[in-house]
Amino acid sequence: MTANKADNTDTVKHAEATPETAQPYRELGLKDDEYQRIREILGRRPTDAELAMYSVMWSEHCSYKSSKVHLSYFGKTTTEQMRSKMLAGIGENAGVVDIGDGWAVTFKVESHNHPSYVEPYQGAATGVGGIVRDIMAMGARPLAVMDSLRFGPADAPDTRRVLPGVVAGVGGYGNCLGLPNIGGEVVFDSTYLGNPLVNALCVGAMRVEDLHLAHASGTGNKIILFGARTGLDGIGGVSVLASDTFSGDETTAGRKKLPSVQVGDPFMEKVLIECCLELFREGIVVGIQDLGGAGLSCATSELASAGDGGMHVNLDRVPLRAKGMTPAEILSSESQERMCAVVKPSDVDAFMRVCAKWDVTATEIGEVTETGRLVITWHDEVVVDVPPRTVAHEGPVYNRPVARPAEQDSLQQPIELPRPSTSDLRDLVLRMAGSHNLSSRGWVTDQYDRYVRGGTVLSQPSDSGMIRIDEESGRGVALSVDCNGRYCKLDPYTGAQLALAEAYRNVAVSGATPVAVTNCLNFGSPEDPGVMWQFEQAVRGLADGCVELGIPVTGGNVSFYNQTGSTAILPTPVVGVLGVIDDVRRRIPTGIGAEAGETLLLLGTTSDEFGGSEWAHVVHGSLSGLPPKVDLAHEMLLAEILRAGSRDGMVSAAHDLAEGGLAQAIVEACLIGQTGARIFLDSEQDPFVQLFSESTGRVIVAVPRTEELRFTDMLTARSMPWRKLGVVDPESKALEIQDVATFALEELANAWQGTLPALFH
Amino acid sequence: MTAKIGVITFPGTLDDQDAARAAKYAGAEAVPLWHADADLRGVDAVIVPGGFSYGDYLRCGAIARFAPVMGPVIEAAAKGMPILGICNGFQILCEAGLLPGALVRNHELHFVCRDQWLKVENTSTAWSTRYDKGAEILVPLKSGEGGYVAERDTLAELEGEGRVVFRYVGGNPNGSLNDIAGITDARGRVVGLMPHPEHAIDALTGPSDDGLGMFFSAIDALVKA
Repeated sequence: MTANKADNTDTVKHAEATPETAQPYRELGLKDDEYQRIREILGRRPTDAELAMYSVMWSEHCSYKSSKVHLSYFGKTTTEQMRSKMLAGIGENAGVVDIGDGWAVTFKVESHNHPSYVEPYQGAATGVGGIVRDIMAMGARPLAVMDSLRFGPADAPDTRRVLPGVVAGVGGYGNCLGLPNIGGEVVFDSTYLGNPLVNALCVGAMRVEDLHLAHASGTGNKIILFGARTGLDGIGGVSVLASDTFSGDETTAGRKKLPSVQVGDPFMEKVLIECCLELFREGIVVGIQDLGGAGLSCATSELASAGDGGMHVNLDRVPLRAKGMTPAEILSSESQERMCAVVKPSDVDAFMRVCAKWDVTATEIGEVTETGRLVITWHDEVVVDVPPRTVAHEGPVYNRPVARPAEQDSLQQPIELPRPSTSDLRDLVLRMAGSHNLSSRGWVTDQYDRYVRGGTVLSQPSDSGMIRIDEESGRGVALSVDCNGRYCKLDPYTGAQLALAEAYRNVAVSGATPVAVTNCLNFGSPEDPGVMWQFEQAVRGLADGCVELGIPVTGGNVSFYNQTGSTAILPTPVVGVLGVIDDVRRRIPTGIGAEAGETLLLLGTTSDEFGGSEWAHVVHGSLSGLPPKVDLAHEMLLAEILRAGSRDGMVSAAHDLAEGGLAQAIVEACLIGQTGARIFLDSEQDPFVQLFSESTGRVIVAVPRTEELRFTDMLTARSMPWRKLGVVDPESKALEIQDVATFALEELANAWQGTLPALFH
Repeated sequence: MTAKIGVITFPGTLDDQDAARAAKYAGAEAVPLWHADADLRGVDAVIVPGGFSYGDYLRCGAIARFAPVMGPVIEAAAKGMPILGICNGFQILCEAGLLPGALVRNHELHFVCRDQWLKVENTSTAWSTRYDKGAEILVPLKSGEGGYVAERDTLAELEGEGRVVFRYVGGNPNGSLNDIAGITDARGRVVGLMPHPEHAIDALTGPSDDGLGMFFSAIDALVKA
């Protein structure tokens, strides 16, 4: 060996001299042709450090190599009109939307599924931490988080391991970080048993002029790494390089045995947030990037390729918390709570002063050059010398086989399920209200701080989460994340549109105007043509839906390989919709009873639609047929009517109908508002269908009696189908469904609220 | 004269802006105080807000209690300055010896965030005169280590002297002894409580505006002084 004698480091010089050295690229997840391509790009074999960088950056997670060809459909379908409010879109750390009055809002969802199965607490905690840093990297103050969680059956033993850990991790990190958790989802299905989904969303805001995009420009500008020290956590596959190079003694429990899931320190992140915001205020940041998946490999190559030149980094300067780390390990470490900034030389002192004030370690590790190459040195020898774009953006692209699964046709054949008689409906209402997916999520959400920062206007169990952005004007945003994986399994195109419609409607029922979309696309293995078909269909459904609604997808995340053995999860394209409200005081609450004397109306049309329904799942364990029809033009009209209702004070509460249909929606509206109601059904239609069908585009609206006529005239004038559903009854402390059953609110509350505590307490 | 209420920020403090907002809503001037400065900047009262100072590492409040700003806080308390510790602030005041007892992990062993009913038991402290004795108020509680404990003698002294200011009603959320939510020092000037009055100043963003009474009370106490 002629490697650097001091520590056996594989340098560029050494790589040039030893072209035949066998490298463990397969263990790092690279295919033969991918490795060959790296050799072609470099004109030699890669060094260990380069191999580590390419292998993580060309992984599915970082390079989107299987999804890219499909995701381009979003870009192709986004019109100028849709783009008009977008300040940054797909490809940036997070999408940014102009919400008016000089405010920009940024939001994004990201998956942390696999780590959360291995180590639920840290996996979920660092999922929150990562998405928050993405938002900071746009120059925004993070304002709130949400989580979309999916687990195996609620009563499965492993769910008892995973769920409490994930919930404690989301809470432990988010609570300590000081961000209110304003909503999300908790869904149970057997396909998630060996592969839970943890999708974390963060939303932040900034003044439009403070938008910081991640790029390294200006030759001579300094690269500063700040935040936590770099350690051996989260290195994962790269340890195969280390054991090679170190001729290591693999039999002893040593430094290579650290868990590959990262460990989070929310206190560090809180301090880092305040430090970053002060740096932004001082105006001394040229570019900024968070260190997430793929650590420094990702941050340096992305910053350099988005800038206008090259970059030189001296790895010796990186503050480490473990001894004897190799360059490959330093570059791929996923130690949390780190950021990388580009700063003018004249501002470095000021930068360091702010970091010192917050006790944040900050180190100048390199500078922007005009070489066009990313050069990294270690002990005065070059260990990386690459064109940065080939690492960050020019990875492999796969056009994987796509095939509609053979069983899709039989799946879409509706199975006739025995239906209950009217006398069975009382029990069914209670059973559904207490079922695993419909019961109150309070046991989970009560472990999250929803109050911190004092801007939370709506949070779980409201249809959307809403926060105030501007304390003077009351301008705010509403957010909802939704997906029904069973609908998507039956028809992924329609299923994705249903998720979009649901999130859109949830934002609209709170009085906000939907303006932008983000997504987190969770699917099985892309190597399965059936899964790729689901993926392609879902992307097209979502993109086409966005065109129809006229709102853009501003960013997203793809998570593949969510499966146990050969069984994929339900296709789960989680859709997040952001809405804007001029004045949060005009929000529409979910619970009834806010005003004395309210009339209840049902907007929309109810058809006999039970394909993929919660009723079929709970009562018959059945999944077949087609999901409910989606009508986006109708959703837009509904949203306009709700906005008008909120603006003119005609609506005192509204709750959308979703899984579990009208029965579930009215139970929730009563329990959240702690107020009784009397409703009656349409004598022309089967009571079971009216109560449990999952036809979309429907909303229960409570209107003050004084506004009833004005509101219903508007519905009729705008051709919105509606019928009078009943009245709010504050005296009764009961829900009466005429000619079907009467329930004391206490009885409903016990059914709805008792399920999760009984399972997880 | 506008009352000046100082709000301390430690690394990891989270509810400082909320406490400052509450002070302003009540008509006071909110003055930011920095943990590393042994300087109260001429304030008339101090709020030690909630959060996770120093990450709650070691023990809640155990490190913050040694911060430079705490020296003048302890001196001012001895002279009768109104001081309010909320949640982590309550823990810090206990660690600093300004209030007796300690806060331990909730009996159900996880973080609890809920709208909590409290009964006001002592209406003569600097932070509670605006309430009616026995009044029930609705204020958010959000903590993982909110269980109040103290030696038997201390507890008897607190109860005997009427120094329990707020008590949980409608169920004990965290296992606090005697359902204690908040207490005061012997002079009724230093008050600590686990629930968050600063999150109950406006029904838009909180469950009620019942928390405002504490900040109005402090301003009254300053005007009288």
